[in-house]
Amino acid sequence: MKFVWFNLMPWPDLPDDFRENHRSVWVDIDQKLFDPKRANALYHQYMDQLEYADSMGFDGIGVNEHHQNAYGIMPSPNLIAAGLARRTSNAAICVIGNSIALYNPPIRVAEEFAMLDCISGGRLVAGFPVGTPMDTNFSYGQIPALTRKKYAENHDLIMRAWKETEPFAFDGEFNQLRYVNCWPKPIQQPHPPVYIPGGGSIETWDFCIENDYNYSYLSYSGYKAGKLLMDGYWERVAALGKDDSPYRASFAQTICVAENDAQAEDLYAEHILYFYNRCLHVYPGFADPPGYRTVKTIKAGALSQLRRSSQQAFTSLTWKNLVDGGYVIAGGPDTVRERMEDMIKSLRVGLVFGLFHQGNMPDWKTRYNTQMFAQKVMPQLRNMWPEHTHDNRWWIKPMDGRVQPEVTFTDRLRDSPGPHS
Amino acid sequence: MSAPSTSAPLSVDSPQASTGYRSIEVTTQRGLTAAVRIYGDGDAGGDKYSPIVFFHGFMGLFESEPLLEMLGREYAVYAPVLPGYGPESPESGETVLDDMLDLTLHGWDLVQAITGGSETRPGDFGNVHLMGHDMGAMITAEMAAVSPTSVDRLTLISPLGMWDPAAPIRDIFSQLPFEFPSLLFADAAAGTALLAGGLDFENPAAIEAFQVRNSRRLGFAGKLLFPIPNRRLSKRAYRIGAPTTLIWGESDALTPPLPYASTWDTAIPRCTTTIVPDAGHCVHLEQPTRCAEIVASGPVSQRLR
Repeated sequence: MKFVWFNLMPWPDLPDDFRENHRSVWVDIDQKLFDPKRANALYHQYMDQLEYADSMGFDGIGVNEHHQNAYGIMPSPNLIAAGLARRTSNAAICVIGNSIALYNPPIRVAEEFAMLDCISGGRLVAGFPVGTPMDTNFSYGQIPALTRKKYAENHDLIMRAWKETEPFAFDGEFNQLRYVNCWPKPIQQPHPPVYIPGGGSIETWDFCIENDYNYSYLSYSGYKAGKLLMDGYWERVAALGKDDSPYRASFAQTICVAENDAQAEDLYAEHILYFYNRCLHVYPGFADPPGYRTVKTIKAGALSQLRRSSQQAFTSLTWKNLVDGGYVIAGGPDTVRERMEDMIKSLRVGLVFGLFHQGNMPDWKTRYNTQMFAQKVMPQLRNMWPEHTHDNRWWIKPMDGRVQPEVTFTDRLRDSPGPHS
Repeated sequence: MSAPSTSAPLSVDSPQASTGYRSIEVTTQRGLTAAVRIYGDGDAGGDKYSPIVFFHGFMGLFESEPLLEMLGREYAVYAPVLPGYGPESPESGETVLDDMLDLTLHGWDLVQAITGGSETRPGDFGNVHLMGHDMGAMITAEMAAVSPTSVDRLTLISPLGMWDPAAPIRDIFSQLPFEFPSLLFADAAAGTALLAGGLDFENPAAIEAFQVRNSRRLGFAGKLLFPIPNRRLSKRAYRIGAPTTLIWGESDALTPPLPYASTWDTAIPRCTTTIVPDAGHCVHLEQPTRCAEIVASGPVSQRLR
């Protein structure tokens, strides 16, 4: 069982009346809410936390790409990953990922990912999301009905750029390049492990299964709601004649560990609620432009948010809603372990993207949460899939003798704080 | 003419009482199929007037199109259904027509298929009166710029296709269902009834039906209109040689007549512009009689052959 420590890098200073007085956390969010000087400390804090996770024995550290939003201030995850590649030694650098339909030409992604794989000594996990409509369509102007077509072409171009050993010409519908000659190339051959984050789009399944990519289900609606969808995924895996290795799939989960269940609520509730009530406050008009999803997906989705009355009534989720619904796995080590086992088994996933920092959680709580999980929960979950222990088809293959970061810095991070005010 | 010669159930006195059209299916030179509505008996106008081919806007054709019904009494009026706006099929062109040039040429392919001549004289299909609303007007303007000598007359109703950075057009792709009526109609209550087809926008079933329909329609429209409805017609508009009638709703909230009616009027060489009171972006639905009068009083477009 593998665990990746993921940081969305949310903006932590959204006002209390954000839901009531701002229409969206994404796309047209109020510029005045961003403070570049605050971001100076914040970026370093978030990167320090990712490095700390490496020192605590997580298998990977994860970053991703979003634009024009306070949900995650990381339009370029490759910049963050480059810093992490320099200052960590063991963890996989999971860039989940680059929204490849946005790059023109997408050779840029092939090049930068190859650079990251070289700098990190073969530790890159390459994620290729379609991107949310807020990012891909409304912020970056891609035509919704053509986004998936462009995504598919750009994927093909990137993979060919990594695999081909001679320059080639590429005459696509969206890219015309006379000389494609990716230089540098990734250390991991024929390519780094590829993860495809999906938010529930069932069209993505076949693409992942046929290419042997990891299907990374990213949902904030919790693993209980996700089970139905993952059951569908595994049925499709079987239908296409592939083996059922749990490492074919991963799941993102918010995790909060404390000494006991009551302390977990005391420590973390306000920060998790900040995330759900403010960071996910997306104007519905930006969430689903016509043409982005199929009719089938629309019919399966909840459309009640599009009512006028829904725009006026702001209801807030409670901690109890979130924990009972499995949106958040929280509590003392035993509670968290039990629920993690339930989640891992019921979804059949070999890798968990753990969200240990959420919303406006302060640094010390984030580190405490991380440490508690790493020391008191993670070891108990390592052997969830004993029959697949040696299945590394979806994992990094770092080179021997790679450059190591300075030891002194890692030592400093390992000196972790406990819960204190 | 591939249309069967059945008579149309046209109501003379009360256009609203009848849908007033019959449908045929045409196949273009490219092999794509499209439904085409014929208003009137399809032979109205005879040799006197060029046939009107009307291209609908991003909301598609409504069941009742009173302007087309009225025009059908004097002219042969054809209204093709654009890809994404009819039943889903590989032959609709929905997945292969992706950009402005594709749609412009598809427009001419449709005209050719509708007005005949394709079998005996490919490309020699007689001249037409092109008419369009909104996105359809954008397509017809492009058609007229690309092939100016094939157009006798051009009527543009609240066209999209130009962009003034000082007056950015509202983003139709991020609108919620209940926001469309006031954007498209001067009388939002009447507009709501038309758009929802009598359904309530607070009713989840109505929203789902609306969203499913809009997903394909606006999804396709996005190829021309997203993220900004400007495919650089302004660079080609000087080529439009046909006498052009420009009709604009005075209360158009999507493309306000100031500056947009003025922008179009200036860009097209032989343009006559009329601003219609008590009408929004869907001026042809709100003031059909007035629009029909404007068309009738405009330059006569006679068959050249």
